[in-house]
Amino acid sequence: MSDQAQLLPGTLDLLILKAVSLGPLHGYGVLLRIAQITGQALLIEQGALYPALFRLVRQGWLKAEWGTSENNRRAKFYELTAAGRKRFREETESWNRLAMAMTTALAASAEEV
Amino acid sequence: MKLLSYFRSAATRLFHRAEVADDLEQELRSHIEHRADDLERSGLDRATAERRARVEFGARERYTEESHEALGGNFLETLLRDVRLAVRKLRKSPGFLIAAVFTLTLAIGANAVVFGVMDGLVLRPLNVPDSQSLWGTVYGVDAGFQSYPNYLDLRDRNHSFEDLAAFSFVFAGLDTGNDPSLAAGFAASGNYFDVLKIQPFLGRFFHSSDERGANSAPYLVLTHAYWHTSFHDDPGVVGRIVAIDKHPFTILGVAPPEFRGTLKFISPDFFVPIVNQDQFATTRTLTDRGTTHSVFETLGHLRPGVTPAQAVADVNAVGAYLAATYPKELSSRTYTLARCGLTSFGGPVRAFVAALMLLAGLILLAACANLGSLFAAHAADRSREVALRLALGSSRQRILRQLLTEALLISLCGGAFGVMASVALLRKLGAWQPFAGAPIHIPVNADASNYVVAFVLALVSGFLFGIVPVRQVLRANPYEIVRAGSAGRLGRRITLRDVLLVTQIAICAVLVTSSVVALRGLERSLHSNFGFEPRNTMLLGVNLTVGGYGMEAVLPVQKRLIDAMGTIPGVDKVGLVNNYPPLVYASAGRENVFKDETRDLKQSNVAVMPYSYDVSPGYFEAAGTSLLSGRDFSWDDTKSETLVAVANREFARILFGSVTNAIGRFVRMQDGRRIQIVGVVADGKYLSVNEDQQPALFMPSLQSPASSAYLVLRSQRDPQELGAVIRNKLREVDPALPGDIQTWNSMLGVALFPSRMATASLGVLEIMGAMLSITGIFGMAAYSVSKRLRELGIRMALGAKRTEVLKAALGRAVRLLAVGSAAGLILGIMASKVLAFIVYQATSRDPLVLGGVVVAMSLLGLLATWIPAQRALAVNPVILLREE
Repeated sequence: MSDQAQLLPGTLDLLILKAVSLGPLHGYGVLLRIAQITGQALLIEQGALYPALFRLVRQGWLKAEWGTSENNRRAKFYELTAAGRKRFREETESWNRLAMAMTTALAASAEEV
Repeated sequence: MKLLSYFRSAATRLFHRAEVADDLEQELRSHIEHRADDLERSGLDRATAERRARVEFGARERYTEESHEALGGNFLETLLRDVRLAVRKLRKSPGFLIAAVFTLTLAIGANAVVFGVMDGLVLRPLNVPDSQSLWGTVYGVDAGFQSYPNYLDLRDRNHSFEDLAAFSFVFAGLDTGNDPSLAAGFAASGNYFDVLKIQPFLGRFFHSSDERGANSAPYLVLTHAYWHTSFHDDPGVVGRIVAIDKHPFTILGVAPPEFRGTLKFISPDFFVPIVNQDQFATTRTLTDRGTTHSVFETLGHLRPGVTPAQAVADVNAVGAYLAATYPKELSSRTYTLARCGLTSFGGPVRAFVAALMLLAGLILLAACANLGSLFAAHAADRSREVALRLALGSSRQRILRQLLTEALLISLCGGAFGVMASVALLRKLGAWQPFAGAPIHIPVNADASNYVVAFVLALVSGFLFGIVPVRQVLRANPYEIVRAGSAGRLGRRITLRDVLLVTQIAICAVLVTSSVVALRGLERSLHSNFGFEPRNTMLLGVNLTVGGYGMEAVLPVQKRLIDAMGTIPGVDKVGLVNNYPPLVYASAGRENVFKDETRDLKQSNVAVMPYSYDVSPGYFEAAGTSLLSGRDFSWDDTKSETLVAVANREFARILFGSVTNAIGRFVRMQDGRRIQIVGVVADGKYLSVNEDQQPALFMPSLQSPASSAYLVLRSQRDPQELGAVIRNKLREVDPALPGDIQTWNSMLGVALFPSRMATASLGVLEIMGAMLSITGIFGMAAYSVSKRLRELGIRMALGAKRTEVLKAALGRAVRLLAVGSAAGLILGIMASKVLAFIVYQATSRDPLVLGGVVVAMSLLGLLATWIPAQRALAVNPVILLREE
C-alpha cells in the first residue's frame, strides 16, 4: 500500500475516460480497470469515484445505462459519448505535453542551464 | 446553451428527486456488492466481506452528498432536502417551534405595525403630484396660523413658490335636504386644487377665478369618502344646492378618492372657498390683518431650482416687510418651512415615531437574542447527532446550512404570521375614528412595503439567531462528544449566550423604564391642575347660526338656554363659554393687551398676549375654576356698561406683580378700548396639557356675543341619563336646534390623545419586551438547572442547604438579570428625554419611576426563575444519581 502514489488533482477524470474508452464499464469495473492499467500504482478511495463519474456524465462526456454485470448483478454501465471521445483525445494530448515538459525539466542538469 | 442545459438538468433532477436519490443509492450498493463478491472469492465469509467493502468504500454520506452536487441542480435540490429535513426536525420539538414562531410573530408584527405608522406619518409624502417640492409655511409660534390679508401679501410678494394656496377649518351644519348634521371641512383658497395639481373625480373644482370678494363663491367640493357615505355615490350630486349653516352652496364636484386633504391627521368632509369662510363665523376674519385665526396653513410648490433655505429667506423678507408696514397689527415673527401634512408637529411626531421604531427594533433584537440562545441550547442538545453526522463524513458546511435552514424556516413562518397580524391591525388603525364628530384619523398604510419590510426583517433575524450556534458547531469535536455524552462542560467564562441575555434584559429594562415614565406622565397630566374640574361636567354645544337665529337673538336665546338647563334637577351650576371651552380642539385665540398708560398701540409695545375666552356669569362656578380675588361677571355687565374682564393668576403676575394688585386696574386692548380687571381666577391649561403656564383673559360673553357656544353644566348625575334630559330640555327651547352633548372629560380626549397613544404604544412594546425577557431568563435558568441537575443532586446529598442549592442553580441568571436591568435603567432614563416631547411631564427624575422599574424587573426575574428554582429544589439526589 505504501508505495501507492497519491492521485494528482484532476487526473482522476482522465483516468476514468481512459478506462471507459477501452470498453463500457460499471463503477466498480472502472476502479478495477484503473488498478489494472496503472499496475496498482495509484491509490483511489472507492467512494471518490462516483462524484467524478457523475460530473463527467453531466458534462456530456459519458453516458450511463443500467445493465447486468458479469456477477449477474444489476449495475450501471458507462461509455464514452462522441464528445467524450474528442475530449479524451484533447486531454491526453495536453497531459502528454505536460508530462514531457515535466520530465524534461526534472532531467535538466547544471551543465545544461 | 450550457446554462439552459444546466437548468433543464436541474429541473429534471428536481422533479425526479426521489428517482435520482434511489438510482444513486442502488448504484453505490451495487458497487459494494461487487467488491464484496471479490472479497468473498478471496476467502472471506459474506458478512465480513460486506463489512470490509463498506469500510473500503469510505465516507459514504460525504460521497452521496458530493455525487448529488455533481449531478447538478444541487442548489435547489439541497435546499429542498434541507427544508424537508428541517421540517422533520422541527416537528420533533413542537414546543421549541411554537415558542420560536410566536416570539418572532410578535417581534416582526410589532416592527411591521410601527413601520406602517412611520410610513404613513413620516416617510410617505402627501398623495398629490410632485409632493417632493410641496412645502408649507409656518409663521411664528402658533402652528402656522395667520391672517388672510397676510396670506395674500405672502402669495403675491414671494419669489420662491410657483403659487401659494391656503386653507383653514370649517365646522358647520351641512343640510342635504332633511337631516342637518355637523361636518368638518376645509375653507380653501381658490387656487388650492390647482396648486396641488389634482383633478376632480366628478364635476369640477373651484378656482381663483371663482373668487370675487367676500362670500362671492358659494361652491362646495365633496371628498370622495363623504360623497360615498352621505350621498351614496350618487353621480347626480353635481349642481345640487345644499345648505351649510343655512347658507345655500352649490356642489361643484367630488375630489379623487386618494385625496384626503393636506393634513395627515385630519380628513375633511368637504371643501369651500376661503372667501366664504366668514359665513360660518361670528367675527369678520377675512379682512382682519392682526388675527391669527383665518388661515391655518399656506402651502405651495417651490419653483424649480429654489432650495428650501432660499425660500425661508424669501418668505422672511416678506414677513419683515409686513411687520414694518403694519406695525399696529403685526410684530416681526419668523417664518419656517415645513413638509406639508404634519405642519409644525412634524418635529415631535418624527422624533416619537423614530423612537418607537428604535424600540421596536430593539424588541426584534431581543427576540433574536432570545431565539439565538434557544437555538444554541437546541444545537447543544443535538450535539450528539451533529457529531455522528460529522463522523459519518458530512461536512461542517452542510450541517451549518442545515441549521440556518431551520432558523430561516422559523423566521419566515414568524414573519408570515407577523405580517398578517400587523396588516389586520393597521387596517383597523387606519379605519379608526378615535373621536366621533372630530375628523381625526391615524394615517397608516398596510401595503406592499409592509410585506417587504416583514420579509427582510424575517430573513435578517433568521440569519442573526441562526449564526449563534455556528461557533459551537464548528468547534465540535465529534469523538469527544460521542464519547463523553452531552453532559459536557458548563463553562464559567462569560459566554455569548450570557451577553445575549444581558442585552435582552437591558432592552427590556429600557422599555419598562420608558413606559413607566410615560405612564407617570399621563397619570400626572390626567390629575394635573387644568384650572377647571372636568369631572361631573357636561358640555352642550349649540350653534345658533345653524338654528337660523340672527345676531340680535343670540344673547336672549343663550340666556333662555342657561335658565332652562338650570331647572334640570341635579344640575347645580350652569355657565356658557363662546366657541370652545379650554382644552377642547386647541381653539383659543390670543389677544394683544397693552398697559393702560401705553398710547402707541404697536406690536412691540404689547405687554402680554393672553388666550382670551368670552364667558357668561356663572361660568367659573360651573367649570369649577376658583375665583382667587375680586368678583365674577354679573348679568348686569352688558354691552353698555364699562368693559370688564377677569384675568388668570399668570396674567395678573405678569402685568401687575400680584393677584391683589390687579383688581380694579385697567388694561388697553388692540382697538384702544380700556378694560377693567374685576377678578382673578386660578391658573389653568388652555390649548394643551403640556403647555407652559400661559396668561389668560376672560371677558363677558354679554359684551361680545357669539352664535357658537358651549354651555357648561355641573352635576353629579349620571352623564348618560343627564344627556337625555339635556336633549329634551333643548327641544323644549327650540325643537330644531341641534346640540352637541358630551362630558368635558370625553372632549379632553382629543387634547390627551397624543400622550394616550404614546403611552399605549409604549405599553404594548413594554409588555412584549417583558414577555421576551421572561422567556429568555426562564430558558436560560431552566437550561442551566437541567444541565446541572446531577451536580445539584450531589450537593444536596452532601448536605447543602436549600439556599446554597438555589445560589448554585440560579446565581448566574440573577446576576445577569441585575447587570442587564441596571444597564437598561440608565439607558431608559436617557431615552425618556425623547418622550418629553409627547408625554406631558415625562421625567425620569422621579423616585416612583426608579422604584417602579426596579420592582417590575425583580418581579420579572422572580416570575422567570420560579419554575426552574422549584425544579432545582425538588431534586432527589438518590433517584438522580441512580439514573445516571
